[in-house]
Amino acid sequence: MEQLTQDFLRTKKLPHIWCPGCGNGIVTAALVRAIERTGYDQKDVVIVSGIGCSSRAAGYLNFNTLHTTHGRALAFATGLKMARPELKLFVIMGDGDCSAIGGNHFIHSARRNIDLNAIIVNNHIYGMTGGQHSPLTPTGKKATTAPRGTLERPFDLLELARGAGATFGAKGNAAQPRQLEQLIIRAANHKGFSVIEALSPCPIAYGRRNKLGGAVDMLRDMKEKSISVERAANMDEEELEDRTINGVLYSIDAPEFAEAYYHSIGKDIG
Amino acid sequence: MPETKPVLMQGNEACAVGAIAAGVRFYAGYPITPSTEVAEQMAAKLPEIGGVFIQMEDEIASMAAVIGASIGGMRTLTATSGPGFSLKQENLGYAIMAEIPCVVVNVQRMGPSTGVPTAPAQGDVMQARWGTHGDHPIIVFTPASVYESYYLTIAAVNLSQKLRQPVIVLLDEVIGHMREKVTIPEGKLMVEKSSDKVPSDWKPYDEKGLTPLVPFGFGHYYHVTGLFHDQYGFPTGDPPQVERALDRLHEKLEKYRDEIVLTNYIGHKEPRVAIVTYGCTVRSARSVVKKAYWQNRLPVGLLSLQTVWPFPAKEIEALAKQADVIIVPEMNRGQLVGEVERYACGEAKVVPLNRYDGEMINPDQISEEVGRWL
Ligand SMILES: Cc1ncc(C[n+]2csc(CCOP(=O)(O)OP(=O)(O)O)c2C)c(N)n1
Ligand code: SF4
Ligand SMILES: [Mg+2]
Repeated sequence: MEQLTQDFLRTKKLPHIWCPGCGNGIVTAALVRAIERTGYDQKDVVIVSGIGCSSRAAGYLNFNTLHTTHGRALAFATGLKMARPELKLFVIMGDGDCSAIGGNHFIHSARRNIDLNAIIVNNHIYGMTGGQHSPLTPTGKKATTAPRGTLERPFDLLELARGAGATFGAKGNAAQPRQLEQLIIRAANHKGFSVIEALSPCPIAYGRRNKLGGAVDMLRDMKEKSISVERAANMDEEELEDRTINGVLYSIDAPEFAEAYYHSIGKDIG
Repeated sequence: MPETKPVLMQGNEACAVGAIAAGVRFYAGYPITPSTEVAEQMAAKLPEIGGVFIQMEDEIASMAAVIGASIGGMRTLTATSGPGFSLKQENLGYAIMAEIPCVVVNVQRMGPSTGVPTAPAQGDVMQARWGTHGDHPIIVFTPASVYESYYLTIAAVNLSQKLRQPVIVLLDEVIGHMREKVTIPEGKLMVEKSSDKVPSDWKPYDEKGLTPLVPFGFGHYYHVTGLFHDQYGFPTGDPPQVERALDRLHEKLEKYRDEIVLTNYIGHKEPRVAIVTYGCTVRSARSVVKKAYWQNRLPVGLLSLQTVWPFPAKEIEALAKQADVIIVPEMNRGQLVGEVERYACGEAKVVPLNRYDGEMINPDQISEEVGRWL
């Protein structure tokens, strides 16, 4: 097992570019372990990513890796999946990448229910460009472009995806990496558009400005606030205030787009 | 090559038919006048031959999907018009940088902005050259007939594969919507991949020269990025490597220049007045030259450009040594004329002839200008 993990990492490309305490490494490691556990053939796995700190993960993973343009990872992935439906695609995006500039591709990928595994590393901020607010920055939190706290309301990303037609939605975080790994495995095994929102600390561009402490504090806070779907089911709204519900929020059976297309032209995608 | 009977076909349709003959099996696009017929043709034809047609949510996504499919090993096409061409620019630059083959058809309409959606224009010549940011190379073909739409699309697909370089087929509304009889040769017109065997020392961005794209999914684990990268595709910001990489992109086109740059000359061997033009304007110019030279033996000639980028500099230099005057009719306020002037080097007087009211430049206008200089 350890040996395989080594095979899936481009160890020569390390050390990575991320800041000390960044959650991107934890999420990337969970992804690698998840891929390993799916038992996929290395040559069938493709990592696609957008632009942002988190998207740099693609360069460290030893598969066919496609680092695209800001916001467009899902559109590149759609083309690749339609051309080669047998491939297993994992699409890494930042919160800004996926929900701001890439929001259109996100909802349309969900609508098509194309078999892609979208992993959104949600650090609530534009990390790479130094801390501007994103559509997932909570109201009131500070950013370089919201020095007095943002007045905007954030998306509920998983509900947005569900409304648009996504058939699998799960939330995890960098403070509970084993659970995140399990969620990614379940997403991979789900046929259709799967969305995994992974909360991740950005102590440099988000934590510091919002006085959330260092990476350790941010991770502790993440863990404390997290509550499983199962436990949340028996709690009322008041008890759930300020908690994040973790786990698989929905998993629905519906026709998958690539398969439906190939079926319509009389081809079997195997 | 056996030929079939002539058929009546539209320019846009000829692009679709040509692309398929050249092995294109993937189309992604977003509808826009006057290019929509390309998409409609592909939507009808591709599923019948096992190909993929997908209508994307916008032109940015269409460009991205086409690049993704090319990385998967398919030959790909997308078509659009001005506003959509603007949206494609960022990802077009990505394809140039990452050396992913693909063909983009832009059926020009009157701009800027929404302009006159149904009126012809040639206003995107400079956008086709410089629309995406950075100091990039580009190949742009400008068909002047339905048949040229067909064979230049084939040439675009094949060159794009060979050079791993996006190619733009810059139609205009007149050519895109015109119906003409064309004789389509039978059979496939694609350049076959020389070999599917990947050499053991294969590098995705070999600095020694052209190297085939090995699609994803075959066990060759490389990285594709829009960042400057080394021979294996991994990001670099090292100044000498960056400079070398940019030179390499340009050198590819310079090396195969004679395969890329296509022009055609008709008329007097030693013209006093020459016309240089491209796209639908060639048609008016041709009828002028027919009358002036073939009927009246006047020293007039026409250099029509099937390739506008890379610019046919050599051809213009040679022409300027012959002619006293070069007239450059264009359906814009003067775009390619600047380039003609640059390579005429003062050897010939370069005269722009422009029209930008949404109508074609007619033969009388050109004839009048020619007459002025004879
Ligand atoms: C078209 C375009 N606009 C803007 C940028 C600049 N840019 C790069 S990354 C980024 C935001 C990254 O934030 P996010 O997606 O949340 O990823 P993170 O860095 O936080 O992981 C922006 C705005 C760009 N590269 N391309
Ligand atoms: S800026 Fe934030 S997200 Fe980016 S590497 Fe640093 S800690 Fe990570
Ligand atoms: Mg972010």
